[in-house]
Amino acid sequence: MKKLTLYISLFTLAFFTAQAQPAPKQSESILITNAIIHTGTLQVIESGAVGFDNGKITYVGAANSAPKNSFKKVIDAKGSHIYPGFIATNSTLGLLEIDAVKASDDMAEIGKYNPNVRSIIAFNTESKVIETAKQNGILLAQITPRDGRISGKSSIVNLDSWHWREAVINEDEGLHINFPRTFGRDWSDGSGKLSVAKDYDKQVAELENYLKIGIAYQNQTNEQENEPYFAIANWFKNGGTLYIHANEAQQMTDAVLMANRLNIKKIVLVGASDADQITDLLQKYQVSVLIERVHSLISHDTDPVEKPYAMPAILRKAGIIVALENSSEMERMNTRNLPFMAGTAAGFGLSKEEALQLITLHAAKILGIDNQYGSLEVGKSATLLVSTGDALDMRGNNITQAFIDGRSIDLQTHQTKLYEKYKTKYQQ
Amino acid sequence: MFKKLKVLLLFLPVALHGQIYFPNNESTQVQTTKNQAFTNCKVYTGNGQLLENATILVSDGIIKAVGQNLSVPKNYLVEDLQGLSVYPSFIDIYSNFGISKPNSNYRNSPVYDLPAKGFYWNDNIKAHQQAVSLFNFDSERAESFLKNGFSTVVTHQRDGIVRGTGAAISLLLENSAKRILNPKSATFYSFDRSVAAIQSYPSSLMGSIALLRQFYNDAIWAKNNGIQDADLQAFNEQLSLPKIFEVRDHQSALRALKLHQEFGFQTIVKTSGTDYLILDDLKKTQSAVITSLAFPEAYDVSDANLANQIDFSDLLYWNQAPANAASLAKNNIPFAFTLADLKKTDEFRANVQKAILYGLSPDKALEALTTTPAKLVGLDSKMGSIAVGKQANFIVANGPLFTPETVWYETYTQGVPYVLADRKQIDIRGTYKLSMNNQEFTVKITGTTAAAQSEVTDLAGVKYNSKLSYSRDRLQLLLKPADSLTTNFNRLSANVVNAENIAGTAVLLDNKTVPFTLQKTAAAEKATPEKAPKPYEVLPARFPNGAYGLANKATKEDLLFKNATVWTNEKEGILVQTDVLVSNGKIKAVGKNLAAGTAKVIDATGKHLTSGIIDEHSHIAISSGVNEAGHNSSAEVSIQDVVDATDLNIYLNLSGGVTTSQLLHGSANPIGGKSAIIKLKWGENAANLLFPNQPGFIKFALGENVKQSNWGIQNPSRYPQSRMGVEQTFAYYFDKAVAYKKEWADYRASKSKGLAPRKDAELETLVEILDGKRFITCHSYVQSEILMLMNLAEKYNFRVNTFTHILEGYKVADEMKKHGAAASTFSDWWAYKFEVNDAIPYNGALMHKQGVLVGFNSDDAEMSRRLNQEAAKAVKYGGVSEEDAWKFVTLNPAKMLHIDDRVGSIKVGKDADLVLWSENPLSVYAKAEKTLIDGTIYFDREQAEKLRLQMHADKGKIFSQLLEEKNKGMITIPPKKTEPKHYHCDTLEP
Repeated sequence: MKKLTLYISLFTLAFFTAQAQPAPKQSESILITNAIIHTGTLQVIESGAVGFDNGKITYVGAANSAPKNSFKKVIDAKGSHIYPGFIATNSTLGLLEIDAVKASDDMAEIGKYNPNVRSIIAFNTESKVIETAKQNGILLAQITPRDGRISGKSSIVNLDSWHWREAVINEDEGLHINFPRTFGRDWSDGSGKLSVAKDYDKQVAELENYLKIGIAYQNQTNEQENEPYFAIANWFKNGGTLYIHANEAQQMTDAVLMANRLNIKKIVLVGASDADQITDLLQKYQVSVLIERVHSLISHDTDPVEKPYAMPAILRKAGIIVALENSSEMERMNTRNLPFMAGTAAGFGLSKEEALQLITLHAAKILGIDNQYGSLEVGKSATLLVSTGDALDMRGNNITQAFIDGRSIDLQTHQTKLYEKYKTKYQQ
Repeated sequence: MFKKLKVLLLFLPVALHGQIYFPNNESTQVQTTKNQAFTNCKVYTGNGQLLENATILVSDGIIKAVGQNLSVPKNYLVEDLQGLSVYPSFIDIYSNFGISKPNSNYRNSPVYDLPAKGFYWNDNIKAHQQAVSLFNFDSERAESFLKNGFSTVVTHQRDGIVRGTGAAISLLLENSAKRILNPKSATFYSFDRSVAAIQSYPSSLMGSIALLRQFYNDAIWAKNNGIQDADLQAFNEQLSLPKIFEVRDHQSALRALKLHQEFGFQTIVKTSGTDYLILDDLKKTQSAVITSLAFPEAYDVSDANLANQIDFSDLLYWNQAPANAASLAKNNIPFAFTLADLKKTDEFRANVQKAILYGLSPDKALEALTTTPAKLVGLDSKMGSIAVGKQANFIVANGPLFTPETVWYETYTQGVPYVLADRKQIDIRGTYKLSMNNQEFTVKITGTTAAAQSEVTDLAGVKYNSKLSYSRDRLQLLLKPADSLTTNFNRLSANVVNAENIAGTAVLLDNKTVPFTLQKTAAAEKATPEKAPKPYEVLPARFPNGAYGLANKATKEDLLFKNATVWTNEKEGILVQTDVLVSNGKIKAVGKNLAAGTAKVIDATGKHLTSGIIDEHSHIAISSGVNEAGHNSSAEVSIQDVVDATDLNIYLNLSGGVTTSQLLHGSANPIGGKSAIIKLKWGENAANLLFPNQPGFIKFALGENVKQSNWGIQNPSRYPQSRMGVEQTFAYYFDKAVAYKKEWADYRASKSKGLAPRKDAELETLVEILDGKRFITCHSYVQSEILMLMNLAEKYNFRVNTFTHILEGYKVADEMKKHGAAASTFSDWWAYKFEVNDAIPYNGALMHKQGVLVGFNSDDAEMSRRLNQEAAKAVKYGGVSEEDAWKFVTLNPAKMLHIDDRVGSIKVGKDADLVLWSENPLSVYAKAEKTLIDGTIYFDREQAEKLRLQMHADKGKIFSQLLEEKNKGMITIPPKKTEPKHYHCDTLEP
């Protein structure tokens, strides 16, 4: 209760002093000490400190051996927890503000093949939904277009910038495919039952052919000729990642083998609710997985009742690199619950530190940004957060401070402002 | 054409009796004999009697005598049926024979107003409709019935909710007044809209039920008050006729029975063939059923990946359906078979045989096709058995009727035969020497007499291509050497007189005509009887019959939880190392070191015990529609009518510690429907799920959903379209309710009883609200509309019990507190539509601090099983204490629902609805280990795993049966998957 009071008063202070705007560059070196450090590499330093300067981590270790004097500013975290910044993969944050308002929707383009569509240019850094994600520790995101057979390209951003050019960490890094489904809707008997998609093989062949042509465009020179194919060619040349959105075992198997035939080096399955059936294949081809929203119902009636909760553990135990994704209904506003999905997974077979990796280091690995982000290690970006309690638990997740590349970011939201406003009303 | 001709020829001697008054433009009508005698036959009377070597005397289509040693009077045409058997022919009382389906009147945009033309106010009600006037005799279809042994059908318009009367038709191919046996045999009902209906109402199953209920009440009112309405009058005139109710599944069968019981109607249920799931209810209500003979098709499961998509319940259905009739018979439930659902009528015989293979006795099968249907529609004085005075409706066959080898020769309908196979045809099967044009061949004739096949070789053993056709004793054989390039054949034809020695003429390839002879050299080889097929193992029905269904219903236990951390939700707070004793479904004691007595001890050391979670706003376990969107007020509908006890989400909710849910109507209408409060008693039927003596609730709604904001621009059709109109909608209906209440009060007070006012289920419900006897849960978002409804309620002198969602409640919490409204909100939802722009996760905490009774609900099948996590967010956002936060999902919703005297806390005397958690239930790491309702364990983590393993073993069994079926060459269909339905407030699809 004490902690809470402290938190509230700190918070109120922040409300009246700070401006709700992107933070400026780190101007002085900072050491946060007396904290429980969760490094993201399965390590916990019970009484530790993290120091950073110029946006880079310069110290991670025991509090008592930290070179306090070499830091301009020393913050006493008073037993709080420090974590690497959380990462939202396969996200549409900033692409759609209010689900029911079509005018606010920039999440998908019409047409089947849109490899040239780029999410980054529609990314709204000013989104109010993003504020609420930051408040719970989500500091980085992969902004991903939706729909179509090929949705387009995703980019990785930080969530505290003036505009998208400033936000971008890795532009156009991934190509997203919604793999054809083995099951389609059949209305012939009026039932609308899902039944075997008759043209599945044809659809797969068409997709493979499209990608093949695109990849062959590497040798072409005149980019004006065909933007979509050149989009594939450039992505391929740059060693981009192929994100395959699929759930059924057959789909995923075909997708992985197809990507392998096309010589695509980095394959990530997104969704992958049946991935437990094909772990050997995934291991063989070194496919990593962004597993479907942990807070989901089962997709087959005879599945274990909480299978989606247990999937991260099942895949991790099978030696697969797995991180969380959160696409589904109300996905943007639900981004702030990502830590609790990791927490839920920890209740079903993972240690808490393993669960943390689902939204930190392993997410960074899959997105290809682990050289800079995802863990608290000297030399990496100072993208981290301070929470008064266990940030994977609802009751402990109280983020008092967060830093992106060493910048101390504002955690106020539209919602905290309304909260303060009406608290004041009832005090009057 | 040829077939028809054959039929006519055979009819000539007997087909013309008794029709003398029908005009005939072709010739002078001659009446041949009216009298027929069928002698030397084995008669299965259909009354359980078997008469060997008997005679049946028929005059004018009616049986005059049946028995042994009868002498045949003069003037009788004798049919010698030596060695043959006679069975009563069949009756299908659930047919649409000769009645075409009405044209669809599908409209792109909803129609709320009344388009009916002077009939009942809803165009799904067609009590005035008479099958006999829609009916056109369909000879082709009649033949398909006759071919399968049917002489009689009761036909009706198989469309709509109230379908009017059906007519009994005799399948006489020759036009005759004897065709229509009874123009009004039964009346027909269903819950399914008419394709011809224009009105949008009803759009849901609960709407159909409410409509029927209102219609039946209106009929009583019309009768007592002499009200003129063609449908109501027609219905009242037809009251004494049997009522046949078609349903889609076993739960709707129970719904139909319950509805009709309310009005004292005995009902015959036309089911979908899963009667084995409701045997007890059928027995209890003494109901008869008309059951489907359409069995589910086998799935092709050779692709294991695809096969995994098939729902377990669909696999069970495939496995169990063939044994349905056997279980009806075993339980002495009267049932009739119908051809109605068969894709092809010709599947009929095979499917009856299948039902017999799965344990139905042939006698019971015959009963289901003869005496039972006759009795059900009051035709039993005319048919159903072979007895004096009844119609000469029978089948002539050469053996036991339902044995696959048996040949059916004729179906007699009122003495008129329809020939299936020519019993008089000479049997030419055997081996012959063919002599033709100085050549000799060997001809082997096999197959059946009706469908003979030939195999021809010359003496050197060279095979000849041949094609044999044989009917009416006339043989035709086409013949040519197998290696011949010519397209021409030798054409042989002969009229068979003696099968031992057949002579005829052949036209050779060169068009020369020569004689030939066929000399029998060997008798037909006795066909080795096909190995009798074996039935597959039929898996027992589960409770419910699908995934995670229980082998046996769960039962009450006396239990002692030892050493738990007990969240009492009472003034005692959270007690550590405490015992809770459960006995006879109730909490018996709470304290330290309690004695177990006979109770089973559960060690709860290190674990937390709480009362069960109560979800105030849920849409799980609802069948066919969460919104009745056909009107802007639907106070007459009730979710209680459509609880789906088979929804897997019940079990999934239990796994998250939920024990009670309020199933709410959706939010499409300002005035929605009545709620159902259920206990999640997995395995019980819908009636047993209902919370006993539950207070009445109704769903109201405000804002975007009721003003159809997110419907797209093509549908601005229904009032209201703005928040302003929403207020006026309520005022309009409550004014009506006030007037209605007064009308009834005046009527009851007046001495001279004149015309009684009409009972209106919708207004009755609103009057209950005015009288404080029904509580409102109102879907709401923004502060303006919240204030509006409280104002309006105060004007009409009632209280809004609960605002649900209430995401801007924090802005008017003080006003809500003053009004006395509770708030059932989301922990953190927002941004999904415009009106939730100012939704904040601190909402619950702010309202709580203002003294408003606050709860968190799910409105979502997924979130409902994590409500413990949602409660914890009240701690995170706004600093509510853990004890109070826990009450947000337990005691507080119980209070809102006025059931806190029975559930919501751990207190001696309350229902033992308990959850044992692995740790603090607010922790993200907590798991429900056991969930109890009324002292019965409905979820247990270890048992769930056992159930799962059992399910996979059963699946394995069924998969191998399906694979065997495929290997046998049976037709299979590709895998299908039933998608679970997850309703939300704004789901409009049923």
